[in-house]
Amino acid sequence: MIRVVLPSHLKKHASINGEVTVEIEGPATQRALLDALEKTYPILRGTIRDQGTQKRRPFLRFFACQRDLSHDAPDALLPDDVVRGTQPFLIVGAIAGG
Amino acid sequence: MTSVRLLVGTRKGAFVLTADGSRKNWDVSGPHFAGWEIYHLKGSPADPNRIYASQSSGWFGQQIQRSDDGGKTWNAVDNTFAYDGVPGTHQWYDGTPHPWEFKRVWHIEPSLTDPDMVYAGVEDAALFQSKDGGKSWAELAGLRGHGSGPHWQPGAGGMCLHTILLDPKDPQRMFIAISAAGAFRTDDGGATWRPINRGLRSEFMPDPTAEVGHCVHRLAMHPTRPEVLYMQKHWDVMRSDDAGNSWREVSGNLPTDFGFVIDVHAHEPETIYVVPIKSDAEHFPVDGQLQVWRSKTGGNDWEALTNGLPQSNCYVNVLRDAMCVDTLDSCGVYFGTTGGQVYGSADAGETWSTIVRDLPAVLSVEVQTLT
Repeated sequence: MIRVVLPSHLKKHASINGEVTVEIEGPATQRALLDALEKTYPILRGTIRDQGTQKRRPFLRFFACQRDLSHDAPDALLPDDVVRGTQPFLIVGAIAGG
Repeated sequence: MTSVRLLVGTRKGAFVLTADGSRKNWDVSGPHFAGWEIYHLKGSPADPNRIYASQSSGWFGQQIQRSDDGGKTWNAVDNTFAYDGVPGTHQWYDGTPHPWEFKRVWHIEPSLTDPDMVYAGVEDAALFQSKDGGKSWAELAGLRGHGSGPHWQPGAGGMCLHTILLDPKDPQRMFIAISAAGAFRTDDGGATWRPINRGLRSEFMPDPTAEVGHCVHRLAMHPTRPEVLYMQKHWDVMRSDDAGNSWREVSGNLPTDFGFVIDVHAHEPETIYVVPIKSDAEHFPVDGQLQVWRSKTGGNDWEALTNGLPQSNCYVNVLRDAMCVDTLDSCGVYFGTTGGQVYGSADAGETWSTIVRDLPAVLSVEVQTLT
């Protein structure tokens, strides 16, 4: 059971309160996590990664276990603490403003 | 009982403004989709309760929302806008080839007769069509596939397809406009397109009268006379009497012929409205005076309409999709500003009142006349 924290705009968009959890079958990778998330919440398709290229949208970042995982390969394994559910996978909107 | 419903898209959400036929007291609901950019909302002429909205974000991309109850509740429909085939390239600002990349939906145009049929004009410029109420979208690739496509170039706001006019007399004919490629027309339902820019002159181009490359800001037509088109170009207000085959300038005595919006009175096809903006370098009204200018002669002879509009220290802009007219007997005219004001006139522009004053920057204003 992997815990995912979404930015507030996406929580509201998908009518989500608090964290969401997803189950992954097979290797626990970013790609598998996002596939599972979009399967549970189809309304999130295209909001986190581009629907055509499947690349992370440029103004979003992926953090977990005090690390920036944004530039990890989509098929790299997630940290053990994320896979065990002791740490959440954070999807963060880049800060903007001035 | 007759009423009107304004659909207002802003930088930070959508607002629905309603009033009875007197258009004196307004109810404001919103923000819908708070925090998202709402480039455009528009209701179906065939079913006024069916409203489509373009919801976008630099962070989270594009969504299309649909309401089936007049804007009370909304549901996201499909947001997949995939260019047909290999997208190819257009010109970038520096003249180098740049791949076509979808960025957002600028304008939504529901069919005149079928609530499930709707068109979307997007950046990078292309035209999409849905036949199932927004559940799926397909590109009408003949437009982008026009031989001039590789030479199209973005305007300062991006290479956007921002205007879609459907001909009420000929279902196979529609007009679109792209900044900064120009205006195009199809006579076969979108399969093939031709540029309709003869008579336009744009000094920023190497060839000022070239077939494509003009920064058209907005087109307008009267539904009873679709062969007559009006255009607010980057500079110049233009008119065509032959469905865009040729254009002539009708800027006349306007204080400046730069601007974004243009619209036509609901019952007087020769009465048109613009909001002059000082220049492309200074996107605000001349001398801080917000003025709608009206021509009752289809252009050339213009009069300023100022009663109720700020006539000092006003430095807002009025963007290309932010003016509309209702179809009540006394034609209502509405526009929104980048300062967050929405102004309305229930007497064809003679007098104006502020409907709402402090919204986020207004990107678009559409009106539905409900009976």
